[in-house]
Amino acid sequence: MYDLESKSVTKRFGSFTAVDSVSFGVPSGSFFSILGPSGCGKTTLMRMIAGFENPSEGDILIKDRSVLNDAPNKRNVKMVFQHLALFPMMNVGENIAYGLRCRGDAKSSIGDKVKAVLDRVGLPGVEEKQVSQLSGGQKQRIAIARCMVLEPDVLLLDEPLGALDLKLREHMKIELKQLQHQFETTFLYITHDQSEALVMSDNVAVMNAGRFEQIGSPKELYDRPVSGFVAGFVGDANRWAGRIDRVSDGMARVQLEGGDVVVATSEGAGDGSSVEVFVRPEVIKIGAGPEGSTLSGKVDSLLFNGANSRVLVKTPSGKLVEVADPSGASTLAEGDEVQIHWDPKRALAFPGEAA
Amino acid sequence: MRSDTGKLSLILLMTPFALWIVLLIILPQAGIGYVSLQEKVGPRQYEFGFKNYMDFLGEPIYWNTLLRTAWMSILVTILALLIGFPVAYYIAKIAKKQSRAGLFLLCLIPLWVSDLVRAFGWIVLLRETGIISGALQWLGIIGEPVELLYNDMTVIIGLVYTVVLFMIVPLVSTLDGMDDALLEAGYNLGGSRFTVFRRIIVPYAMPGIVSGCIITFMLTAGSYLTPILLGGKNSSWFTEQIYNQFITRYNWEAGATFGVLLLLFTSFVVWAGLRLTGQSLATTVAKE
Repeated sequence: MYDLESKSVTKRFGSFTAVDSVSFGVPSGSFFSILGPSGCGKTTLMRMIAGFENPSEGDILIKDRSVLNDAPNKRNVKMVFQHLALFPMMNVGENIAYGLRCRGDAKSSIGDKVKAVLDRVGLPGVEEKQVSQLSGGQKQRIAIARCMVLEPDVLLLDEPLGALDLKLREHMKIELKQLQHQFETTFLYITHDQSEALVMSDNVAVMNAGRFEQIGSPKELYDRPVSGFVAGFVGDANRWAGRIDRVSDGMARVQLEGGDVVVATSEGAGDGSSVEVFVRPEVIKIGAGPEGSTLSGKVDSLLFNGANSRVLVKTPSGKLVEVADPSGASTLAEGDEVQIHWDPKRALAFPGEAA
Repeated sequence: MRSDTGKLSLILLMTPFALWIVLLIILPQAGIGYVSLQEKVGPRQYEFGFKNYMDFLGEPIYWNTLLRTAWMSILVTILALLIGFPVAYYIAKIAKKQSRAGLFLLCLIPLWVSDLVRAFGWIVLLRETGIISGALQWLGIIGEPVELLYNDMTVIIGLVYTVVLFMIVPLVSTLDGMDDALLEAGYNLGGSRFTVFRRIIVPYAMPGIVSGCIITFMLTAGSYLTPILLGGKNSSWFTEQIYNQFITRYNWEAGATFGVLLLLFTSFVVWAGLRLTGQSLATTVAKE
C-alpha cells in the first residue's frame, strides 16, 4: 500500500514544462527522496503534493484517495519548509499548538500533545522559548515537531538542511533518519545534495529537467545507474567522453578523446555512437591491470581528506583521473609515474550528451 | 586618529538632528508649557499658576471639542487602517514585483498636490453646486441640489483620504518583509484563510499597524486645514480652538494651554492604544 502516489503528474507554466509526467509511489512508513539539481522541478512537484499548485495533468493520491480537489489546509500532508517558516510572533509551544488549534482539538489535550511531541524530538520543556532563542538544529526539530504533532499521512521536507552549516548538517542527517523511524511516518524528502539522499532514504528518485531518470534504493542508484545523468549526479565519478569502436557481449571498446582506449559495460549504445564513460574513484586501483582498463600517467597532486583522500593522476592526453586513496597512506609523491587499473565491469558507458 | 574621525563624523551627523530636536521641538514646547502656566492678573501682569487649565476644565465646550477631536481621529485611524490594509497587502504580497514600484508611486501622487488644493478638490466635488450634486440631479436621483459639505461624514472622508497614505507606507514595508512560506505554512498546518489572517498576517504586520495608527492618529488630531475647509463652522476641531485663542482672541496663555493639552491627550490616547493592543513603542520601531 502506498501512502502517497503520483500518477503521470505534469505541470506546465506557459510553454515551460516544470514537471513532466512523473509517476511514483511511496510505501507506507518509508523514507523517499527526490534528488535533483536546482530547477529540475522537484520543488514544484512537492508544492503540488502540498496543494499550493495544481497539476496540469495527472493525479495525486494520498492513502489511495485523490486529493486534487482538496485545499492545502484540508490535506493531511504536512510540510517542513526550506527556511522552516516557524512563526516568529509565536513562542515554541504556540507554534506547535497552532495546527492543533486549527484542527479544533480540545484545549485541555493540546498542552499534553505539545509536551509529548517535544519529548519525542528531544527538546522537553522549551514551550515558552522564543523561536529566535533556538539554535539551527533545534529550530529544525521544532519545525518537524510542529508537523508531526498532527500525525500526518506524509511529511514533506523541502531541503530543510540547506541552511545549516556542514557539521550540523551531517548530524541532522542521522537525526532525521532516526526521527523518521521513531514516528514511523512516511517522509518525502527533497534535496539537491546526493549524500543527504543516499544516507537517509529507503528509496531515491533522481530527477532531471522535470522527469524521473531512475527510482531505486541508494545502492542501486550508485552501483547500477541507468543513465549518464544519474551516474554523474549520484556520487563522484571520473567522466570521459569518447566513441564506441565495437560492442561485444555487452562490453564496449571505447575510443576516448585524446587517444586512450578503454573497455566499459554498455547497454543500448551501438557501434560508432558517442558515449561517456563513468568510473568511480574507489574502483580505480594503483598498479597495472589488463589492457583496456589500465591507464598510465603521472601523479599530479595528492588531495588529503581523511577517508575521502584522492590521488589525481594526469594521463599523457591531459585527463585528470581521480583515484580514491582511502587511508591517505599511499607512498606516492607528486610527479611519480604510475599505472592505474579498474574492474572493466565497473566502468559504465552511457550515451553522451555531446562528444 | 581613527576614533577621532569617527567622533567627528558622529558629531557632524548628530548636530543637525540635535539642533532640529532642541530648537524646533523642545524649546517651543517648553515655551508653550511656560506660557500656559502664566495667569493674567492685569495688563502685562502675570503670575505663575494653573488657572488656564482650570478654565479649560470649567468650560464644557472646550473639553468636549477635545474629546470629539479624539474620537473622530480614532475613527479616522480605524477607517484608514481598514482601507489601507488591503491596499498595502495587495502592493506587498499580491502585485507582481515589477508593478509594485508603480503602485507605490500611485499612492504618493496625491502628496504632490498641496493639502489646500486637495481640500478644495473635495469642495468642488461636494458643494451644493458641485459635481456630485449636479450629477445626481442630472440623473434624476434627487430633485434639488444637496449640500454635501459641512458635516462630520465629509470631514471624516476628507481626513481619511489625507492620511491613508501614512497608513499604507509602514504597512507595505512590514508586509514586504514577510516570507510567503509563513502563509503557506499557516495553510499547510490546517489554517483557514481567516485563521491565517488573524494568527499570522495580523501579528506579523502588528509593528506596521501600530506605527501606521500612531502616525495617522497624530496627523489627524493635529490637522487643521481639512476639518476647517470641509467641516466649516460645525467642525469643532480642537486645532481650530487653538488657532482662535492665539489669532482671534490673542489669548496666548489659553492657546498655549490648549496646545499642551492636545499634546498630552493625544499622547495619552497613543499610550492607551499601545497598552490595549499589548504593544510597546520599541517593537514598532525596531522589529525583533
